[in-house]
Amino acid sequence: MSTKHLITTTDFCVYHHLEHSFIADLQEAGLIEIKIVNNTTYIPETELQKLERMIRLHTDLDINVAGIEAITHLLQRIEDIQEEIRLLKNSLKAYE
Amino acid sequence: MAFIDYYEILGISKTATEKEIKAAYRKLARKYHPDLNPNDEQAHKKFQQLNEANEVLSDPDKRKKYDQYGEHWQHGEAYEQARQQQSRQQRSYGGGGHQAFDFEGFSSGGEDFSDFFQSMFGGGGGGRRQAKYRGQDYNAELQLSLKDVSETHKQTLTVNGKNIRITIPAGVENGQTIKIAGHGGPGANGGPGGDLYIKFLVADDARFKRKGADLYATTKLDLYTAVLGGEITAETLTGKVKVKVKPETQNGAKVKLKGKGLPVYKKEGEFGDLFITYDIELPTNLTDKQKQLFEELAKSSA
Repeated sequence: MSTKHLITTTDFCVYHHLEHSFIADLQEAGLIEIKIVNNTTYIPETELQKLERMIRLHTDLDINVAGIEAITHLLQRIEDIQEEIRLLKNSLKAYE
Repeated sequence: MAFIDYYEILGISKTATEKEIKAAYRKLARKYHPDLNPNDEQAHKKFQQLNEANEVLSDPDKRKKYDQYGEHWQHGEAYEQARQQQSRQQRSYGGGGHQAFDFEGFSSGGEDFSDFFQSMFGGGGGGRRQAKYRGQDYNAELQLSLKDVSETHKQTLTVNGKNIRITIPAGVENGQTIKIAGHGGPGANGGPGGDLYIKFLVADDARFKRKGADLYATTKLDLYTAVLGGEITAETLTGKVKVKVKPETQNGAKVKLKGKGLPVYKKEGEFGDLFITYDIELPTNLTDKQKQLFEELAKSSA
């Protein structure tokens, strides 16, 4: 992966007014992936969407990393269930 | 334009303290936050109302103004000024003869405040706007017919003034979403753009029911062809075909026309099947001669 698609964790934290430790905690919980190139930590561009969602949960709603972890699992389940409902609804239409 | 009761939205009394307002907002935001309610339009709207109510009531100046005018806000001079200003900044979308969309982002920012808010306070929200690095994701819906889905085609969409050409793969399912990376809102401070999500809504077809790539249809069949066998013309999505009918075909019998269904999504050269169910029509208004023949038939099979 070229560094073009990587954002340094420092830049990202400055921009979002975040502590470095918040990103580290998320990574430790296995919620995001970070890359280390030449002793600098980077956030891959592909992680930004979910990372920024976690930041919103943290800053908008005061949710800590443990809460974010639980929410992330539940959201994944909701999305899976929504997809399943969509498929079921489509198959049900064939019988209407 | 109706008056909006911000106190009611937050479920608090008019005498609520700053702390109570903040607590009420936080509590409701936890329930309706868009990040906690994926694909839920209602929650998203509710959250916008909460943000708006919070924007007004948590700001002492705005709250004072809001309380002062109350339900008679339209008589306020600020309203007049704001109204004139607003009419000069009407937003416009799309253009260019293509399909244009009013894209909706599911961010948690305080954009798109009500007309009421804009009339009273002018302009958009602002105060609490979310700092974001990556651009906003856009969501749009695209209506397709079953025929549209039967082959891969390209379509030009206008997204906030920019034309983009997308490929709609054959066989997309109703409600399926595709992501077009980088075509959402622009990023900030060199951050990457958001993505554009297009959800396909495939309309029901009067002739065919769909199940995955397979199609189902009902065809009327006259009694004589059903009993004696023969040939009928059946409609498929791509045109008419001749179908052989076996002698002694029963009512409700199903035949499979292999490969006459829809293309299988992202599997080139693979197609579903078309299943035809026969609905046998019994003759009516029989002549005396026909009745007599049926009686003979009845006797012969007794």
